[in-house]
Amino acid sequence: MHIAVLVKQVPDSEATVQVKADGSGVEIEDRYTLNFFDSLAVEEALRIKGQGGDVVVTIITLGGQKGVEALRTGLAMGADQAVLLDDPAFAGGDEYATAMVLAAALKGMQVDMILCGKEAFDDSSGVVGPLVAEFLSMPSVTSVVKIQLAPDKGSALIEREIEGGKEVIKVSLPVLLSAQKGLNEARVPPVMGVMKAMRAEIKKLDLAAIGLPATVVGRAGSKEEILRYHRHPQRPAVTMLQGEAADIVRQVVGLLKEEAKVI
Amino acid sequence: MERMDAVVVGAGLAGLTCAYRLACEGMQVLVLERGDHPGSKNVTGGRIYLRPLRPYLPELWDKAPLERQVTKEVITMMSAGAAFTAQFTSDKFREHSYTILRSRFDKWLGERVVERGGFIVPQRRVTDLLREDGRIAGVVSEGEEIPAHVVVAADGALSLLAEQAGLRGPLAPRHAAVALKEVIKLTPPVIEERFGLSPGEGAAHLFFGAITEGVFGGGFLYTNQETVSLGLVLGIDSFLRHPAARETHAIFEAFKGRREIAPLIKGGELVEYSAHLIPEGGNKPVRQPYTDGFLVAGDAAGLALNMGITVRGMEFAMASGYLAAQTVKQAKEKGDYSATTLAAYATLLKESFVLKDMETFRRSLDVLENPRMTGFYPAWVCKVMEDVFWIGEGPKQRVSFTIWKGIRQGLFNLRAIKDLLRLRRI
Ligand SMILES: Cc1cc2nc3c(=O)[nH]c(=O)nc-3n(C[C@H](O)[C@H](O)[C@H](O)COP(=O)(O)OP(=O)(O)OC[C@H]3O[C@@H](n4cnc5c(N)ncnc54)[C@H](O)[C@@H]3O)c2cc1C
Repeated sequence: MHIAVLVKQVPDSEATVQVKADGSGVEIEDRYTLNFFDSLAVEEALRIKGQGGDVVVTIITLGGQKGVEALRTGLAMGADQAVLLDDPAFAGGDEYATAMVLAAALKGMQVDMILCGKEAFDDSSGVVGPLVAEFLSMPSVTSVVKIQLAPDKGSALIEREIEGGKEVIKVSLPVLLSAQKGLNEARVPPVMGVMKAMRAEIKKLDLAAIGLPATVVGRAGSKEEILRYHRHPQRPAVTMLQGEAADIVRQVVGLLKEEAKVI
Repeated sequence: MERMDAVVVGAGLAGLTCAYRLACEGMQVLVLERGDHPGSKNVTGGRIYLRPLRPYLPELWDKAPLERQVTKEVITMMSAGAAFTAQFTSDKFREHSYTILRSRFDKWLGERVVERGGFIVPQRRVTDLLREDGRIAGVVSEGEEIPAHVVVAADGALSLLAEQAGLRGPLAPRHAAVALKEVIKLTPPVIEERFGLSPGEGAAHLFFGAITEGVFGGGFLYTNQETVSLGLVLGIDSFLRHPAARETHAIFEAFKGRREIAPLIKGGELVEYSAHLIPEGGNKPVRQPYTDGFLVAGDAAGLALNMGITVRGMEFAMASGYLAAQTVKQAKEKGDYSATTLAAYATLLKESFVLKDMETFRRSLDVLENPRMTGFYPAWVCKVMEDVFWIGEGPKQRVSFTIWKGIRQGLFNLRAIKDLLRLRRI
């Protein structure tokens, strides 16, 4: 059985991210980590591998040096191999173009299951996974919190999170599943794994290798264009009310009525 | 599982230097660091003296991210409301000592280690020593066993590992000081103007006296490229014994508010705040810095020196890390990692400036810890100066007389004479 896991290196939740003054982009502090939901996807693939049988786990990312870090984290956790999709032509792509490249690379890999995170921490669009499944004409189930593989590995029982409960779905393989919080708890890569990962060879695939024309990837193949970023509006200055408690209460009620107009 | 040549615990100066040397020698080395990256947890004053270190790592210094070369030495003695400052500059003080920010420097040094093929794994706390047949054979990090021929404990002042290896006891209050430090951001032109420096030049400013409110210790200010490092060091033992010591941060705030300090940091933005231990061990290093399969370097080995006019720990950390690496290399060549072979480390340390300087200044703390050194004497100097400069309503006495009177009142007693004689130990 071959499980592919799609991963992405994203800004750490503690990194400072600021919209540039002219709104043309964002400035991100150099603190990156493997996307949280992707780490759950890698963990799940490793757990399935741990259940026995001949399972190979391949992790895949699209994107340069930062991508390599994500791959190394996955390898350190215990994945068997890693593939970096890297070509200048891939740059600047939207979700559609990104999924196009990923799907083309996966086509040649004979995968039985694709795991990915429910969304990336940075742009939170959450559509790359399902798009990949569409391009590969395979079913996809999103926000998965439990995966139970049938003994013949031809299908799986999936639990996914829905508003106020869970949905149980039976789906045939190959399938793409996106991991939601609660699926598992990702392991901390062991030191020995980290060292092995640092030395591991990472397979690179470029545009020629995946066999797509340059017109359908990267910027050229994108359907969307980000026009600008907006900063959060500045919070207005805080007014401190002074005086006796009863007096302050009266002032607050007044403000809620006249200024905020909420009561 | 494969056995590393060496596992180094702690990506501080001692650990990184050791790992760097081992990697340069083509040995398999792994550094485990509990912080997010090398330098993330490390605090120093600080300034580093390059002259003792150049022979060890000649290739490193030209590109090292040092801050400013210190060309101005300033010492201020303070009483409650007065301060006497002595300042020294010299054309000779070029490429002598440099201010340094560890978060930047250690990160850089870590990159050099990795570049040479060493491994650094951050966010890993070493919790235990791994033993095989009673002898140290690696480390345990959060349950994971990591075998190695040698463990180099470079885990800083509180070294749990040196303790576990039986080389030293737990750190006693008498053996440590606590330091509070703020890194305050200004701009290079403002720093140069406020401290009277040319671009690239820096000042090292120490403060003694009333600022520590009766507790043994002192303050420091070092100018970095675009920040200043302002800190206060308080002896823990002295602090605990002091009947009415205020909380450390209250003492620090009062220090910052002093008329002599406030204008220097005015308008600055606080970018880093830290608290850290300084091992002062009575300036005594661990007696035996090695055992079977185990070496200890840097602060972990008690290699830090308070000389009064300056604190030195970083050169000792780097040199001891370097010498530990030399020892491991010899052990590998011999294929023997027992204490007998590793004892060479103690000899190397003794022959180097590290233990020579430690020995010379072995008793300087006895002198400095004298409460009168931070209490009576700075206040006395300020009082004499006040009298010398004061012109009041009445008739004024001769300056020479005023000074003489001050000396008679302050120093003509048995205690002071004893103190003076003791000064020879510094
Ligand atoms: C406020 C202050 C001012 C100073 N001023 C100066 C100065 O001006 N000049 C000077 O030369 N010296 C100065 N010193 C002393 C100098 O900073 C130290 O001697 C030096 O940093 C020691 O380096 P080290 O590598 O031994 O230890 P550290 O730099 O403390 O490094 C120890 C490392 O080990 C890691 N570690 C600890 N335990 C574990 C564990 N169990 N598992 C994994 N990792 C672990 C820590 O996170 C840390 O990264 C000053 C010290 C202080 C605190």
